[in-house]
Amino acid sequence: MNLFELFQYEFMQRALVACVLIGFTNGFIGAFVVLRRLALMADALSHSLLPGLAIAAMLVGLSTAGLLLGGLLAAFFVAIGGHLIARSSRVKDETAIASLYIIAFALGVAIIKFAHVKVSLDHFLFGNILGIANSDLWTSFAVSAIVLLCLVILHRPLLLALFEPSVAKTQGVAVDWLLGLIIVLIVLTMVSSLQAVGVLLSLGLMVLPAATIYLLSDSYSKMSWCGGLLGASGAVAGLILSYWTNIPSGPAIIMVLGTVFLAAYLFSPKYGIIIRHLKARHLHEESLSRWDEERH
Amino acid sequence: MTPRLTITDATVSYNRVPAVHHLSVTLNSHSLVALVGPNGAGKTTLLKAIAGLVPMETGKVVVHGGNRKNAIAYVPQREAVDWDFPITVRGLAEMGRYPSLGLWRKFGAEDDRIVEESLHVTELEAFADRQIKALSGGQQQRAFLARAWAQQAEIYLLDEPFTGLDRNAQEAFSGALQKLRESGKLIIASHHDLKSVPELFDHVLLINGELVASGPTSDTFTNANIEKTFAMKIFSGSEPHHHHHHEPHQA
Repeated sequence: MNLFELFQYEFMQRALVACVLIGFTNGFIGAFVVLRRLALMADALSHSLLPGLAIAAMLVGLSTAGLLLGGLLAAFFVAIGGHLIARSSRVKDETAIASLYIIAFALGVAIIKFAHVKVSLDHFLFGNILGIANSDLWTSFAVSAIVLLCLVILHRPLLLALFEPSVAKTQGVAVDWLLGLIIVLIVLTMVSSLQAVGVLLSLGLMVLPAATIYLLSDSYSKMSWCGGLLGASGAVAGLILSYWTNIPSGPAIIMVLGTVFLAAYLFSPKYGIIIRHLKARHLHEESLSRWDEERH
Repeated sequence: MTPRLTITDATVSYNRVPAVHHLSVTLNSHSLVALVGPNGAGKTTLLKAIAGLVPMETGKVVVHGGNRKNAIAYVPQREAVDWDFPITVRGLAEMGRYPSLGLWRKFGAEDDRIVEESLHVTELEAFADRQIKALSGGQQQRAFLARAWAQQAEIYLLDEPFTGLDRNAQEAFSGALQKLRESGKLIIASHHDLKSVPELFDHVLLINGELVASGPTSDTFTNANIEKTFAMKIFSGSEPHHHHHHEPHQA
């Protein structure tokens, strides 16, 4: 079946739009996740959403607004709670957050089990891009618009805060607020990606494109824009791959993006390990010859 | 030479143990100041207090002619920087323009001119498009000077900038600092190599928790003063801060 026929189906059209939208937004915010070294934090947050979603689903059903709010609140409790525990005891940040998120995750699983909510764990983790509804798309669209707008408007203070938080503070940048805002935007992006791709894939879409561009470019603004483009095209390519090979769409998308990442790791013209290996020898030879010259 | 920076009765404590104790000094523009004292004398703390990076328990810092935020540029120690950050030398200098540009204002011709000027003053034009890790130690230090220049800072605070630089890099960096001084800036750099103070700096600020002496290198950097600075029992860490600071101290 050729591509044109493939996208005649309405569910495939919706899946295509979802891939572009979610791929771009996740890829864009990924630059901040990578530069601020938040990948593990984002992973923790992704799991901590579960109890919030389960309780929201119990109270107001599977409405997207309710899920957004529930997810945000749960992530908020874990992030703030982790911070408080780290500050008030000798337990360090990452241990405190890991402890809380795994508690939250277990709680979420328990609530789902006993509240007879129609959310399956598989769906939470991997989503179902072929079953996405128009209303989910609109939510994704709205959240993407908010997230991208915030990040674009604030790109200057964000750069100052990411590069040197303490110096940025003296320049009047509200560093703590900005870093808090990044966390909120990460959670919003994850929850809005939930129906289509699930939290694990959302995390993959955040980390892999940004990490790939990080290996290819020395420009901060390229990291977010190219990360977005790579996320979107990788998601679409994964969707097509999944259709042709019958691999589920989530793993297919991650495999495409993962391949690109590994390729960049190996072959990046500047930071790939192969070129670095060659370059190192070159420099070594250069200094040897200089040493020779000085001796004569 | 006009007064540029006045510090009055500055005390900075960590858990009530003072690192800088009731220090008052005035420094002029057109000065290249060595901040000298033994380990633990509060050099870094004083620089950070001037930059506003640590809260002061007592006292105040007054910047003459210019508001404090833009007038002061703090150049961090090399270890404190993420050198893998995806940014070039020019990008770093451009960052210096951000505080005055705000969120929206576009990069104008004047901003471009200032950025080019900053690269020229620090002799980094040839390296403008290099990522900051692909520079030598001295070039890295100068890249941060370029950013401070682009910020149009009047006061430059540097924490041990000469550490780890070889002879050539030290000369090039010293040259850049001289240029800044000639154009009227006040540069304050902590420095631990006593031998090189006279050739690199025209003013010394000797501290050991408290102020020991401040003045032109030629008549202040004397053996007597150096001995006094290094022989004094170091204030910081030796005893808790006994008196309280609820009322401002009278000079």
